[in-house]
Amino acid sequence: MKEKENETIIKIADLSFAYPSRDYVFKAFNFNFFKGERIGLVGPNGSGKTTLFHLIMGLLYPTEGKIEIFGKERKVENDFVEVRERIGLVFQDPDDQLFSPTVAEDIAFGPLNLRKNYQETKKILKETLETLGLAGFEDRITYNLSYGEKRLVSLATVWAMQPKILLLDEPTIWLDEETIEKIVQILNSHPQLSYIIISHDKKFLKETTNCICLMDNGKINKTSFL
Amino acid sequence: MNLIKEKFSEGDSILHRLDPRVKIIVAILFSVMVALTDKYTLLTGSLLFAVGAVAVARLRAKEIISRLLVVNSFIFLLWLMLPFTFPGKNIYTLGSFNISQEGIKYALLITIKSNAIILAGIALLSTSSIFNLVHALRHLHFPDKLTQLFFFTYRYTQTIHSEYIRLNNAIKIRGFKPRTNFHTYRTYAYLIGMMLVRSYDRSKRVYNAMLCRGFKGKFWTLNHFVFKKSDVVAGIVMLSCIIGLVLLP
Repeated sequence: MKEKENETIIKIADLSFAYPSRDYVFKAFNFNFFKGERIGLVGPNGSGKTTLFHLIMGLLYPTEGKIEIFGKERKVENDFVEVRERIGLVFQDPDDQLFSPTVAEDIAFGPLNLRKNYQETKKILKETLETLGLAGFEDRITYNLSYGEKRLVSLATVWAMQPKILLLDEPTIWLDEETIEKIVQILNSHPQLSYIIISHDKKFLKETTNCICLMDNGKINKTSFL
Repeated sequence: MNLIKEKFSEGDSILHRLDPRVKIIVAILFSVMVALTDKYTLLTGSLLFAVGAVAVARLRAKEIISRLLVVNSFIFLLWLMLPFTFPGKNIYTLGSFNISQEGIKYALLITIKSNAIILAGIALLSTSSIFNLVHALRHLHFPDKLTQLFFFTYRYTQTIHSEYIRLNNAIKIRGFKPRTNFHTYRTYAYLIGMMLVRSYDRSKRVYNAMLCRGFKGKFWTLNHFVFKKSDVVAGIVMLSCIIGLVLLP
């Protein structure tokens, strides 16, 4: 592998985490994520896959251990502002993600937070909608969308921030084959992306990732194929 | 989808098409004027203005009346209390209670004021969707916190409402019928408790999703309103009506 592609994006060392009054989800947990990697994350329910995403985004904080992202240690809320601007997390439930009245505004929310100006935001909006096959959805009301549409719009809201790294939490769940195929194509036509996908859809992971990580009992094991 | 209908915002009258910023400004000035005055000529004029605005907005009378009934049921309570308790000239004695003229006047004043403000509010504000109002507020440079509060109150009423529908369906499909017994009370208590907990949870998750997209406490707007000639004209007409009312003898 080329030197540049070996750049470490996420480095988690000796991390412990437990939800209040429950047993440890992670104990002395180690995980590295490199630029260019496309990882499928599988594991039984409750094994901590979503928790890992939330720790990376600074929505949860570890009880012990170190999280290093983009070569800097991330400890407090302010450290994660940059992480959130550069890593895109798409939540499992689109109702958690969408809050603006119209699709256009929800998608513009991220770019506007990145202080893009009006013209840039409009341009990003248009491109995002086209890329995700959502052209014409601008003025649709987000809570009137069908579930599948909501999922795509959720992805669009994160896509619009143009992250190089994506964290997708069960992106195919409840979706029909056609929509899943659409997501596969979108991901595969953007080779510059690195991502981690939590999914139980083996076919989907085979088509979109080049490495599977099995998570169980707070440990992670990399295998190169399914 | 289970959304709370904004019945009055669906329409195509002059008032529906008017720039919400104009409507907000007129509504605020009107309400302040009505709230501060106690001249009956001015109040009657205001009430006429409000009724006129509702007529221009071409809203369904039945729905207007049903809304007014809700407000006036509270005002009815005032009519039960004020005439008997407000000190003033005694005009009638009912058993051991005295009815005072000032009390009646005062109750009447409140009735006219509230109805005028509510009607003007329906005609001017309800004819825009909540989202347009929120935008307009932002463009009028209202404090961020207030607009956010307004917007999220609406957004989460929606959330609580849809959680309620979800839970209600869950108990219905398992054969629940409300009766006058402990089981029913307990079920409703669970439903309400669960509804609040779930809505709270959901709002936290939405907030997290916002943080993940770089939210730092400030909303940036995408669309901008453009003043049309008709907005300026309508604004001037309504403002002159209000000024005219104030200048009435």
